[in-house]
This record gives sequence, C-alpha cells and structure tokens, in this order.
Amino acid sequence: MPAVSKGDGMRGLAVFISDIRNCKSKEAEIKRINKELANIRSKFKGDKALDGYSKKKYVCKLLFIFLLGHDIDFGHMEAVNLLSSNKYTEKQIGYLFISVLVNSNSELIRLINNAIKNDLSSRNPTFMCLALHCIANVGSREMAEAFAGEIPRILVAGDTMDSVKQSAALCLLRLYKASPDLVLMGEWTSRVVHLLNDQHMGVVTAAISLITCLSSKNPDEFKTCVSLAVSRLSRIVSSASTDLQDYTYYFVPAPWLSCKLLRLLQCYPPPEDGAVKGRLVECLETILNKAQEPPKSKKVQHSNAKNAILFEAISLIIHYDSEPNLLVRACNQLGQFLQHRETNLRYLALESMCTLASSEFSHEAVKTHIETVINALKTERDVSVRQRAADLLYAMCDRSNAKQIVAEMLSYLETADYSIREEMVLKVAILAEKYAVDYSWYVDTILNLIRIAGDYVSEEVWYRVIQIVINRDDVQGYAAKTVFEALQAPACHENMVKVGGYILGEFGNLIAGDPRSSPLVQFNLLHSKFHLCSVPTRALLLSAYIKFINLFPETKATIQEVLRSDSQIRNSDVELQQRAVEYLKLSSIASTDVLATVLEEMPPFPERESSILAKLKKKKGPGAVSVELEDGKERGDYLSHSNGSSTPSPSADLLGLRSTAPASGATPSAGSLLVDVFSEAGPSATSAGVNDDGFLRFVCKNNGVLFENQLLQIGIKSEYRQNLGRMYLFYGNKTSVQFVSFNTTVSCPGELQSHILQLEPLVEGGAQVQQVINIECLTDFIDAPLLNIKFRYGGALQNISLKLPVTINKFFQPTEMAAADFFQRWKQLSQPQQEAQKIFKASHGMDTEVLKAKLLGLGTALLENVDPNPENYVCAGVIQTKAQQVGCLLRLEPNAQAQMYRLTLRSSKDTVSQRVCDLLAEQF
Amino acid sequence: MQFMLLFSRQGKLRLQKWYVPLSDKERKKISRDLVQTILARKPKMCSFLEWRDLKIVYKRYASLYFCCAVEDQDNELITLEIIHRYVELLDKYFGSVCELDIIFNFEKAYFILDEFLLGGEAQETSKKNVLKAIEQADLLQEVYEMV
Repeated sequence: MPAVSKGDGMRGLAVFISDIRNCKSKEAEIKRINKELANIRSKFKGDKALDGYSKKKYVCKLLFIFLLGHDIDFGHMEAVNLLSSNKYTEKQIGYLFISVLVNSNSELIRLINNAIKNDLSSRNPTFMCLALHCIANVGSREMAEAFAGEIPRILVAGDTMDSVKQSAALCLLRLYKASPDLVLMGEWTSRVVHLLNDQHMGVVTAAISLITCLSSKNPDEFKTCVSLAVSRLSRIVSSASTDLQDYTYYFVPAPWLSCKLLRLLQCYPPPEDGAVKGRLVECLETILNKAQEPPKSKKVQHSNAKNAILFEAISLIIHYDSEPNLLVRACNQLGQFLQHRETNLRYLALESMCTLASSEFSHEAVKTHIETVINALKTERDVSVRQRAADLLYAMCDRSNAKQIVAEMLSYLETADYSIREEMVLKVAILAEKYAVDYSWYVDTILNLIRIAGDYVSEEVWYRVIQIVINRDDVQGYAAKTVFEALQAPACHENMVKVGGYILGEFGNLIAGDPRSSPLVQFNLLHSKFHLCSVPTRALLLSAYIKFINLFPETKATIQEVLRSDSQIRNSDVELQQRAVEYLKLSSIASTDVLATVLEEMPPFPERESSILAKLKKKKGPGAVSVELEDGKERGDYLSHSNGSSTPSPSADLLGLRSTAPASGATPSAGSLLVDVFSEAGPSATSAGVNDDGFLRFVCKNNGVLFENQLLQIGIKSEYRQNLGRMYLFYGNKTSVQFVSFNTTVSCPGELQSHILQLEPLVEGGAQVQQVINIECLTDFIDAPLLNIKFRYGGALQNISLKLPVTINKFFQPTEMAAADFFQRWKQLSQPQQEAQKIFKASHGMDTEVLKAKLLGLGTALLENVDPNPENYVCAGVIQTKAQQVGCLLRLEPNAQAQMYRLTLRSSKDTVSQRVCDLLAEQF
Repeated sequence: MQFMLLFSRQGKLRLQKWYVPLSDKERKKISRDLVQTILARKPKMCSFLEWRDLKIVYKRYASLYFCCAVEDQDNELITLEIIHRYVELLDKYFGSVCELDIIFNFEKAYFILDEFLLGGEAQETSKKNVLKAIEQADLLQEVYEMV
C-alpha cells in the first residue's frame, strides 16, 4: 500500500470526518461543525503556541469544512505561517488551503507572495513546483505583478528541472489569461517556441498549451511554431505504438500532445512552405487512414484517444477549408460515425458535420447523409444528440432539400423536448422563408408551426407571416383560405386566431364568393373564438370586425349588434371599451367613402431584415439564454395608427417589428463623429460643427477638405496599400496672423498603429504646412483615430479634435471573380452572424454612374454580370489587416420606385460585416 | 478547462477545482445546477452536453461522477480520457480507489490533480511521472519528519 497508510495521516482529521459522516441530519452536522470551529478558534487564539503538526491538522479541518460548503472566515494567517515551515507536509497543506480559499484581494497576499518568492529561489524542485502550483491556482493580478517577470526565466533556463519547467509553463499560461498585459514574452519568445523540440514529452505537453494561447493572440510573433509543430506531429503520428513508452495511452502514441499540436495549427492558415505543408497533409492522411484500421484494443479508452486525434484533425481540415480531397474524406469518416453504436461518437459526428456543411467543398457530401440525420432526429434517445441532429439539418438545408427538412423538423416539433422547442420554431420559420419557392408552401408551414407549437411561436414569427402575405398579392387568397380552414379546428391556438383575424380582416373578401366561407360565416367563425382569447387578441379581433364592415356591408348590422352589446361597449378593459365605442360610432356616421378610405387595405411593408433571423442571432449569442421582448405591449394591431389619420404612411412601422429602423438623415452617431472642443472660445467658436459629416464624406473617397472654420482649413490626401496607409494633412492658415505653439497629436484605437511626423510650431499667416501620418491596420476596427490640434491665435488657445477618416474599407483589396464563384462564396458565408443587412431610404439621387463610382471608391471590385437582376450591384474585396485577411461580399439592391435600398454584407467576420454595412449605408 | 467537479450519486461534492476566477456564490450556483442536470440524465446517454456557453464532459465511475467544463474549441473525447487518466492515477495511488479514499484523503486527491493538470491544462500525462512526483513528495515528508 502506498503512502496513505503511512504515518502522515492526521488522526484527529479522520475522526472528525467520520463524525461528520455519522451525523444523521443536516442539523446534527452543523452542530458538530460549529463545535469544531469553536474548538479550532480557541486553539488558534490560545496563548499556548501551537506546534506545526497541530496547526496543519486544524487548517486541514477548516479546509474540509469549507469544501462541505460552509463559510470559513479565519485560519488564513495560520495557513500562511505553514508556508514557511521547513516540514514539507506542513508547507503543502498551507499551499493547498491558500489555493482553495484565498481570494485575490486578500490582505495576506503580500505575505503569501513572500513565501512563494522564497520557495521559487530555493532551487529545491519540489518546493518550486509547490510555489508554481499555488500561483497557477490563485492566478491573481498581484501574483502576476510579482512573478510574471521571473517565471519566463525559470521556464527557459538551461538548468531548470523538467518538472519545474512544466509547472512554469502552465503557471505562466494562467497568469497570461488573467492579466495579459503583465506577461510579456519579448526576448523569450523564440526560446519558448523551441520548447516544442524538447526531448521530454511532458515539457512539450505543458509548453504547447502556453504557446497555443500566446499564438492565438500574437500569431505573427509565434509563427515559427508552425513548422516545429508539424515536424513534432509527424514524428508522433509515424511512431510505433510502443516508441513513446509511458506517453503511449492504450496503444495510441501521445494522444494529448497530438490533439494540442493539431489545435495549435488551427491558429494559423495552411503553411506556405510546400515541404511543411506536404508533411502536414501526410500526417492528416495517416490519421484518416488509421481510423480505418482494426482497433488495437477493445477498450473504449483506445478508441476514444484515437478518435480524439481524428476529430481534432478534422477540425484542422475544416479550418483550412482548402483541401477538397481531405474534406470529403473527413465527411465520409463522420458519415460512418453517424451510425456508430457509441452515442458519444454519433454526437460528435453530428456536431462536426455541422461545420463541414458550410464549406463549399463538402456541402454536397454532407447532404448525402440526410436520411441518417433525419433518422437520428427521430430515434435518438438523448435530447442533446437530437439537438445536434436538428442543428445539422438546419446547416445542410438548401433549396434542393428545404421542403423535406422543414417537413421533418415540423414533425419532430410535435414531440420535441420543451427546452429546444423555441429554437426549433425559429429555425423552421427561417428555413421556410429563406427557401420558399412558392409562398403557399411558406404560409402552410407557418400555420402548421402555430398549430403544432403555438406556445413557442414568438411574435416575430407571426408578425413575419403577416408581413409577407401583405406584401405578396399572389398568396393572399390562398392565405385567407388556409387560415379559414385552420380556424375550423375546435381548439386552435390563440396565435392562429391572431393571424386568422388579421388576414381575414384584410383579405376575407378573396374567399367570400364561396358560400361555405361567406362573410357571415367568416365573422361567426372568428367571433366564436373571441371569448376564449386574451385582451390583446380581442382588441385585434375588434379591428378585424370593423374591417369586415367595410369589406362586406351585409355584415354591418350583425357586427354593430356585437359592438353594441354590454360586454363590449361596457367592457371593463379600457382599450376594448374604447375600440367598441369608436368602431361602433365610425360605422354608423361615416359614409361608405370615408369608411373605405380609413379602412383601406394595408400598404406593403418596407423590405427589411427578417426579424426572426435577428432573434435567432440573439439567441445564439454568448450565454444563449432566451431573449425576452422588451416591449410587452401588444402592437400587432393594425388599426391603432389610423385612429388619428386617415392615410397611413406606407413606411409607418405598423407591426412594430423590432428590426433596425431605416436610417434617414443624420443619425446620432454621425452627429457625434466630429468633436469640436474649444477650451477657450476664440473667434472661431461659432463655426463649430461645420464639418459634422466630414468623416462620413470620406468613406468612398480619399481626398478633400476635412475641416474648415474662420481660422483654419485642413485638407487631406491619402493612399492605402495592403494594411498600410499614408495620409497627408494640409493645414492652411486663413488669417494674416501667425499661429504659434502649433501642435498636433493622433490617438489611435488599439487596432491601429500610427506614426506622425511632427511640425514646426509656427504657421505663418496665409501659409500652408503639410504633415504626414503613417497608419498600420493591425486588425479590424470601428473607432477612427482622433486628431487633436492645438495652437494659439492672438493669445487665445485653440483646440480642435477631429476624427481622421480612416475606416476599415480603406484596407480593401478588390477581388474579381466570376458569378459562380461569387455565389458559392456567398453561400459559404451563410451563418446569421456573418451577414449584416440594412434597408434604408435614398438620401441622394439614384443615378447609376454615381452609385458605381461610390462602390468603386469603397475599395471593392464591382462585379458585372453576376447578379441576375441587372439593377443590383455586387462587389467583392478582401480587407487586409496585419492579423488576418477578411473576405467580404456586398450586394446593393436599389428600388427606384420606393426610393429605397437594401444593402447586404457578408464576410467571415461579424464585426467587419456590420461595420462596412454601417459605413456604406450612410453613403447613398 | 474551466473547472472540474467530483460528486456522488447523492449529489454531494467530493472535489472541486476551479481554473477561472469566480466568486464563491457563483461556484455554488454552478455546482448546484450542474449536479442536478447531470444526475437527471439516464445512464446510456451521451457523455457530453451543452451547458450555458460551455461544453460539459462527464463520466460516472462506481458511485462518483467526474465532470469537466471545457470551452467551445476544446476536444470532448480527450477530456473524457483526462478524466480516465485521473481515475487511473487515484486508483494506482490508493490501490483500488473508492469514494471513501477521496473523502478521507481529499488533500491527496488535490495534490495528485495538481501534478496532472495545472491551470486547466494537462501538465504531465505519463502515469509513471505523476506518481513518481507524488511518491517523492511523500518520501520527502518522511525524511523531514525523521529529522
């Protein structure tokens, strides 16, 4: 028997633990604990000095009590004392207590840090490791401040023991995660990277976690790790299962290290060096081949370790997205797993295939597994696996299989787990809309959705179906007929009543010719649901009734009777009562013409981003908690706006869909783009705000006057190449007096780097001086650099702050491509967060040549003959930043009749899509 | 890895290791929620589940559940084998480990875990090396105690 039975056991502790375990009730346990706490307190406070053993025992008891879930508010000092004990076991318990119980803002941290410092410099590897473990466990900022400088030295020193190196690497990783600003690798970078070559597998295993984290944050500085990682991986993959001795796990050589190596490579694009790339592709092929070999052991550990590497390799293949052959092989391998008897593998295969589905090379291959995935949705016993299957169906859906997939998802909804119904409903609604070829199918689908899962159909979904029906006259008759039939069901969901009320109120006339759905039959059907509905739905129905009076004069008497009844006209709900009164009055005094005008058919809704999609995006955000609507107020009511005015404006937001409102005129953000600060009001104070739109005027052009007031004119000229830019600023003194102490500074957001050449402090009257600013784009950004200009004019200090017109699109490289390529890429970027869309009113003329010039000025390539509709514009470009390149596709759809645009941006990075979309939407 | 929890079939926490800074209150809430979620799952179910924005990987050994929370890009299967390797280490050290060993020698369970995982990442995956480190420490304490 190992050490447990040796003399280090603390008898008192064992007795105490037994006592606790023997407690028959929670109360007894608390009583026993309080007794012990009192005992320990008195021992710690007592005047007799405690020996190390007792101190250790009591600290250990406190720890045990804490781990049971009780609060501990003393004993910290005693634990700190143990740290400087010369007995290893006491020191170890002291460290454990601190690792578990000390939070970072403890006052004791200085004392603790002192003890750690002593142990780190003790040169005793066991002590050093204890100290490093403690730092890694606490990971506080104070510790980073104290040790972030020292640990890299320990990590790379030639005489450090392997075990200490391992602890140092991961200790540093923890500090870096908590306080990245304090951990600077600097001169150590290359030696840290070379730990990948270390002879000791344990050192490599620990160091690679650190290197991966650092690489993901500073890819350029660490890029030499790629070739080292590939050669290390290649050696492991090609080794025999016994070569690596104890690092072989159930016949799989170094599975943890292999996974970490493959993970590290995912921080980078495919290697540029042909030889390195060839070697890597060979590794990936070997890993895929091994999956087909018979297992070397029947143990699940063997297959898990082997498949862990396989899945990580597949992630890398998907990450590269450039080797069609490997992608298809990966897809086939996952296809095999879809039918594996291990639930875990089925789960992972579904999950991994979801990402494969968005690659142009493997999308078709993924689609061949549709039957298996549908089967998984129907038969898997574990809801988390079914959820993965539903996700995959959503990801593999396109026009060719939409009907099948939507039908399967609908039928799954009937039995779906409650926890995922709402998300499923949204997905069905989105797919139905996205791939609707004929809108009658769309209407059927949404009504089915309401029938099957009415409680989970959010407002967005039923608003959307109404929006679409209103906008498409080819489907209105069908919609009326279908809702009419759906309402025949004895128990139908309230959402169905809402949709039914709205649609029959608008288009009931289209089916009124059939005696089975005559006006009166329609009305009676709706009214039979009335009493079972909530107040908002009743309000909506009342509006439908008044619309009926307009559509079908023959129903007037019946409806007036209903409105006149006490339950309406004296309803205790103010809203209902008011409607009843007003509608009754309206129907009796207004002439047919007036009535027809007031109750005219709804005008089409402006096209805009589907509000359902917006909702799914929100749902899928971090945390993925379901999002409640902020406005609980019922706004689906279509007459509330026409109470005052008889002609509803076509763009009035009648349904109150919470999508982005069309941007018109100056938005608040445009207003605040230029900040003029005159600390001492000079003669120019009145001219503040002259250039309010200065910044936005330069999105599509590079030269012009950025700012002008009575004293000063600033012109700019700029040029960009790749991720670099150079901007010439021309300061013109418009007065005849010299400016003194002329001084300019630029403050950049972190994503940009700038260098400014300083000027002479004197600018003569009437003179113009030139200044050069160099700009480098490190990664994509939103905030522009701020230029601050200070000078004295006639003794008064002038202070001007301007946004420099450096916007993300300046770093576009135009990309020419053929129509087929464009659509393939477009489709690849189909995840909701990759797309940004805006619908907005034209603020300028819609002249074709002007539009083209602006789009070219944006920096993208304007692609001709790509969009099937010649009125539309599509563009493509790649944004060059130091950290990465972001491909970006754009589509602008003008609607001359409505004087509106729809602008859609897709890129591999959500922030980029959004930013370019925001900038460009202000340009037309 | 963000944290590791060991708990019994009765839902009692036996070991908790947190690799991200969280307040006591948050830790208690997370443990409570997660223990409940996992105990409600049936034996044949998948070992992975999405939970908040984390991936949970768990496995039951006799009366104990071992449960790890990893991030989105982490590998589920290799995490499952991290759990197994830890179980092997405990087993080797205690000799056919059982829940009681971990209750009565919780400090040892923590020491072994620290040798194996640090900061949420595998530090040393060789069983021999981990046990050697622990045995050396045990030896060290005897030597010191004899002095």
